[in-house]
Amino acid sequence: MDAPAAPADSQWPLWEVFTQEAQGAPHEHAGSVHAVDAEQALQNARDVFGRRGKVISLWVVPTEAIVASAPSDAGPFFDPGAEKAYRHPYFYKVPKGIRVY
Amino acid sequence: MYGANVETAADRKAPAPVEDPALLAEFQARIDRGESIEPKDWMPARYRRQLVRMMSQHAHSEIVGMLPEGNWITRAPNLRRKMALIAKVQDEAGHGHYIYCGTETLGVSRDELVDDLLAGRAKYSQIFNYPTLTWADIGVIGWFVDGAAIVNQTVLAKASYGPYARAMIRICKEENFHKRQGFEICAVLSQGTDAQREMLQDAVNRWWWPSLMMFGPSDTDSPNSRDLLAWRIKRFTNDELRQRFVNLTVPQAQAIGVRLPDPDLRYDADTQNWVFGEIDWAEFWAVVNGNGPCNRERLAARNKAHADGAWVRQAATAYAAKRAGAPRDGGSTAAA
Amino acid sequence: MAPDATPDEPETGAGAPVAPRIVPVTTTLGPLRPTATSGQPADAFVEYCLRLADDRLVLGHRLSEWCGHAPILEEDIALANIALDLIGQAEAFFSVAAEAEGRGRTPDDFAYFRDDVAFRNAMLCELPNGDFGVTIARQFLWTALQVPFTKALSAASHAQLAGAAAKAHKEHVYHLRHAADWVLKLGDGTPESHARVQAALDGLWPYTDELFYADGVDAAVAALVGAPVVTALREDWARTVEAVLRQATLSVPVADWTPAGGRLGRHTEHLGHMLAEMQSLARAHPGAQW
Repeated sequence: MDAPAAPADSQWPLWEVFTQEAQGAPHEHAGSVHAVDAEQALQNARDVFGRRGKVISLWVVPTEAIVASAPSDAGPFFDPGAEKAYRHPYFYKVPKGIRVY
Repeated sequence: MYGANVETAADRKAPAPVEDPALLAEFQARIDRGESIEPKDWMPARYRRQLVRMMSQHAHSEIVGMLPEGNWITRAPNLRRKMALIAKVQDEAGHGHYIYCGTETLGVSRDELVDDLLAGRAKYSQIFNYPTLTWADIGVIGWFVDGAAIVNQTVLAKASYGPYARAMIRICKEENFHKRQGFEICAVLSQGTDAQREMLQDAVNRWWWPSLMMFGPSDTDSPNSRDLLAWRIKRFTNDELRQRFVNLTVPQAQAIGVRLPDPDLRYDADTQNWVFGEIDWAEFWAVVNGNGPCNRERLAARNKAHADGAWVRQAATAYAAKRAGAPRDGGSTAAA
Repeated sequence: MAPDATPDEPETGAGAPVAPRIVPVTTTLGPLRPTATSGQPADAFVEYCLRLADDRLVLGHRLSEWCGHAPILEEDIALANIALDLIGQAEAFFSVAAEAEGRGRTPDDFAYFRDDVAFRNAMLCELPNGDFGVTIARQFLWTALQVPFTKALSAASHAQLAGAAAKAHKEHVYHLRHAADWVLKLGDGTPESHARVQAALDGLWPYTDELFYADGVDAAVAALVGAPVVTALREDWARTVEAVLRQATLSVPVADWTPAGGRLGRHTEHLGHMLAEMQSLARAHPGAQW
């Protein structure tokens, strides 16, 4: 065997877990697990988040691969969106009595 | 299951860092508006520290709490009870897991948290340092200890820190069955043989006072407690939660005909509370400070499991390191 | 005693208020020989179900001993899940046995009020947990057979038996995935883990021969409901096991002895201790409800 010497002991890297609870429903963030690889992350996610039977599909993502917006981004990122009333249907008037989809 | 929020002298002595008053005011305003604080948000150093302390104590309690109940898995009296108990102890592992993950969002790794527990630096609920001597203990733990947990965790589910609150919501949902399985065991024993009824009463006698201690010492005068309440890390004082638990539990005890071991217990019609006797705080502090009946065994068991598992954890790490970068067979990409 | 009980059967009720055991199995000392049933297919059927159930109860119990002591938190949860699956399967197969037997015994009577000599599990299942490598190797070797076995059994013509097998099959497919992944990680992990899991495999390997023990019981139940005879699955099992071991850089052990007897109630000394613990509370309070 040419295996390297034992690595440092650890609780293993973190993975984020997303679960889907019904066909057609979105995958939602459920929490995290520790695992050394994707297969183990899937198995651990299955046991930690799926043991009560509601989950029908799982995604696992290394936590370090997730890029999040910063709290300080919130203003520049999201406030402008709130002011664009013309993106919403209520902005447009429709004569009474006519159904417009 | 849940861990008492125990502050040690060291916690109190930690210096309070100076915070930017403007940031502090905005933070308080967010709390007061009922907003939830998320991991990347600015937070006062003391808020972070108190949360790490509370959450890690809570997580450690779940993990150590597996031991007294696990003690009866191999002797559960029938298959139904055996499966329920395995599932319950497994849930404690799952709940410890959720809360550790929540704590990790505050920038502390599970390695550090586990090290603190194993080295005896971290606290966990004093209740798990008592022995489970008979099967009735399993029932009474579900009834009292999980009952206390539900009282506490229901309010923690509205705590200001998002990851903690979310973990609590998940845990509360899952723990619905814990207390019921415990009370069911007690109810069946109360209808059983003389030996079973004695076993039940004896377990109640041993677990009642330690269960009341789970809520921690009276904290009405603690300056930390005021901050914790103001920051919505806590939402009620220890005494308020303890009283709520007693009020809920006394009628349950009456319903199955067991005596609670407190000669001073009486109903106060004015306050609509069950007034209870004096708690032995000397016992509480002795157990918290390491001298309960099972402190040494609990810590030794955790240390043994950790030491025995080191080669396994290392093997997995080494295996993954060898394959880093290699394409994975099987499975599909999330975006597919 | 029921009239059809064999007179040399050890008394196992321990004072419990349960129907006497009627499974007519030879447990006299002497050379091992195939189980002699009364010749009634129903007896063979009960025996067949007990072999299935006892493997699962005993192995599930062993796995449950890990709860709170596993190498990492995630594995506490995983092992508890497998233990629960196996004990649930045991209960299902006990129920099938109980109904076929028709003597009013319950799954709990089978689990808690039989002595070790009445248990029909393969000895592999009762061996102590050892280190995590032993537990995983034991789990892997046993489960690699259960996957094809329960698949075949789910095609049996006995609806309740086939249903229990179909449910078990799904669970075993996952158990095998879990165990095989660990065999890979331990085999191809560190020098220490490689040595430990190889030693575990070497120690357990002789006990795998018994997994393929078949006698008149199997033949009778195969004829009765089309249940699989385990000997037919040996090559399938060997292919699965050898492929994983090879990938894990482990060598396939060679058995220099082939202990057997579990299916006939002749076990290792470990089972008696396990049952003494498992049954202690139930037997201390005969007739009590829990």
